[in-house]
Amino acid sequence: MKPKQLKFLVGSVLIVLVLIYLGYAGFKSSMSYNQTVSEMLASKDAAFNRHIELEGDVVPGTIKRDGKIVIFDVNDKKDKQKIVTIRYEGKDPLPDTFRDNATAMAKGKLERSGVFVATSMTAKCASKYEKEKAAGVVVDKADLN
Amino acid sequence: MGQVGQFALALAFVVTIYSIASSLLGIRLRNDKLIASGRNAAVCVFALITTAIGTLAYLFLTSDFAYSYIAEHSNRDLPNYFKISSIWGGQEGSLLFWGWLLTIYTALVVIQNRKKHTAMMPYVTSVLMGTSLFFTSMHLFVANPFKLNAAAVGTQVMGVFSPADGQGLNPLLQDPMMVIHPPMLYLGFVGLVVPFAFAMAALITRQLGDTWIRTTRRWTMAAWGILGTGILLGGFWAYHTLGWGGYWAWDPVENASLMPWLIGTAFLHSVMVQEKKGMLKVWNIVLVIMAYIMAVFGTFLTRSGVVNSVHAFAKSPIGGYFLAFIVMALSASFYLLIDRLPYLKNEDQMGSVVSRESSFLFNNLILLVACFSVLLGTMLPSLSDWITGNKITVSKPFFDAVDVPIAIFLLFLTGVGPLLAWRKASTNSLKRNFMIPIAVACATGGVLLIMGVRHFYAWSALVMSAFVGTSIIREFYKGARARATGTGENFFESVVNLTLRNTRRYGGYIAHFGFVLLFIGWSGQAFTSDSEFEAGIGDTFQIHNFTLRVDGFEPVSGQNYTGDRVVVGLYKGGAKVANMFPGRRNYKGTGEQQATSEIAIRETLLEDVYLVFQGGVDDAGKRGAFHVYINPLVAWVWIGGVVLGLGTIIALLPNKKAAPSRRKKEHGAEAIQEGTTVA
Repeated sequence: MKPKQLKFLVGSVLIVLVLIYLGYAGFKSSMSYNQTVSEMLASKDAAFNRHIELEGDVVPGTIKRDGKIVIFDVNDKKDKQKIVTIRYEGKDPLPDTFRDNATAMAKGKLERSGVFVATSMTAKCASKYEKEKAAGVVVDKADLN
Repeated sequence: MGQVGQFALALAFVVTIYSIASSLLGIRLRNDKLIASGRNAAVCVFALITTAIGTLAYLFLTSDFAYSYIAEHSNRDLPNYFKISSIWGGQEGSLLFWGWLLTIYTALVVIQNRKKHTAMMPYVTSVLMGTSLFFTSMHLFVANPFKLNAAAVGTQVMGVFSPADGQGLNPLLQDPMMVIHPPMLYLGFVGLVVPFAFAMAALITRQLGDTWIRTTRRWTMAAWGILGTGILLGGFWAYHTLGWGGYWAWDPVENASLMPWLIGTAFLHSVMVQEKKGMLKVWNIVLVIMAYIMAVFGTFLTRSGVVNSVHAFAKSPIGGYFLAFIVMALSASFYLLIDRLPYLKNEDQMGSVVSRESSFLFNNLILLVACFSVLLGTMLPSLSDWITGNKITVSKPFFDAVDVPIAIFLLFLTGVGPLLAWRKASTNSLKRNFMIPIAVACATGGVLLIMGVRHFYAWSALVMSAFVGTSIIREFYKGARARATGTGENFFESVVNLTLRNTRRYGGYIAHFGFVLLFIGWSGQAFTSDSEFEAGIGDTFQIHNFTLRVDGFEPVSGQNYTGDRVVVGLYKGGAKVANMFPGRRNYKGTGEQQATSEIAIRETLLEDVYLVFQGGVDDAGKRGAFHVYINPLVAWVWIGGVVLGLGTIIALLPNKKAAPSRRKKEHGAEAIQEGTTVA
């Protein structure tokens, strides 16, 4: 290999290595496990030592606000019996989409007490498809006469 | 009425197949009539898909809720321009819109080149129509926008029912910016299909000189510019509508649009190496293939629901088809590439490490690493789920950790690259070219330190901006001064003429300057501050050197919403500088009554005061909760975007000729000129 090519190779490898290192550091500081309520409960003790992005549907009527702290229950989309209480302590206000039945994505940690303490949250309204079915039946009945 | 659209789609499907068959058969039989017929068929497909999308627009405008796509994405109260923008408000319509844009591009390309590149064009037509065929089949068989509302499950009524009113367009999308952001993004995505089609045709016909690159240079640059504009418009919309105080969140859908843009940026630069030195030929084809795949992949990411995103549509069957198409396109194009490798030999050797071509090489390397990091971060949940069964996600810190240093390094190359000579830059020229920019950069760095800037990346970005900005201004100054002495024009005339006579080089500089401004805007993120507060009428709140005073709460209503707004006075140094009106609105037809925030922003070149009204905190409506952000330098992001766009447009213009008498030779002259321009 010619010295010139070697220089390019060494330069490129160095750049890529630095970026891989930075990426790894960034990965370690921001990785979290995306789990549904059932998955988190099934992972038992492992759940206490990880950052988790918990996905669940807000149980209607459970939202309680205490100053900036918001406490509510979420259940699993498929298994409604699996419920976890979330205590939101984040800095940012909750999004407009956060309300009963919304799908919440809470980032934080599960505490030994069984309460999930979240520091950031996003929420999506129930999926278009489900909404469409629900709305469709109602509209249809109104339309039949 | 929907049958018209449905019929047009079915006909388009048949004509598309005919166009491909006729083009390919025409080459085989050396029959020009067949080739011309294939070309005409491609134009005909454009007319047919236009009819289909026109029908969809008609259904929206007449609120024909018998069609489920209309019922789900519109309602009677929606203003007409939002009814039109609802066409791309959902999956079926946005795919139809994609397909329609592709047929526009196809028609333009085949008409523009009907008398040129006779060997390549039938293949170009076939590749474009092949992509079209995929989309037309999706419209027809998988995601049909002309589906009628079937009778609801559980009732005895067969046939069609028409709901009294539609479910409305998502209120967040009821924004003028949303009328234009998706079309821009799509125009950019789809535009990347054109260079791909030419690259494939070049591979097939073994005409691997510069023809395909020269023919597609403007197409690629236009597509890249439009895509970038679309991305920025999305950020602009997010900033002005969503109310979390920022414009970029590394959301999967944002990432999906960024990836083809990064590849496109790499390609725009590396083609210059091929034009100038006859090198990187294989690499350029790889980039074009990747840009195309990323554009389709981006559409797939956004439309299939494989990733969790605020944008993504519900899970749907289209994902599998897209994946199959991508795999097919990838294997076919790489098979062709490998088969034609012998025709893609380098004509020259790489220069020194300190040379123009090496700066392009590093530019490409890190743009690719950037694209890969974005891809990895976006797909990690799906990949890790597939490999380990655990869904692992990463967020902003990961993307920032990799891509912020890359961006700053790129900015550095932006300043250095254009001033380096090809092959090897001499020490003397380095001194001459970089002395002033380095001095200005050092001075800026010192001043920033004295001002108390301690954030390393923000500091680096600003220092680098000073370096690059100075070197660009110096280039204009140097060129214009030389020209002014030679021609007797005044300095400003010289700047203008200089730019118009070598649009590619100076347009490029202006685009680079746009990037400098963007970096200045981005670095402002390191200095944001925010705070939440509750206040009633007459209460004040202090943040930074601003005072906010709540002056009143009042109800508002419009054609399709009702709501409240707050009058807030903004004071600086005791004097009132603005009235701000943050509010909340309830849009009609959104099913459950969902309130959305109307954000008030007072924008200045130095900083934005960004105020969100989160709602009343007492029943009397005399007290509210607020979130206020001070966002420094954000305006420079938008200004930089405009300058970037302007530079791109200038680079697209043909060079102005010296004297009108030479106009006859324009075509030949332009070809020569383009081959020899520096930037």
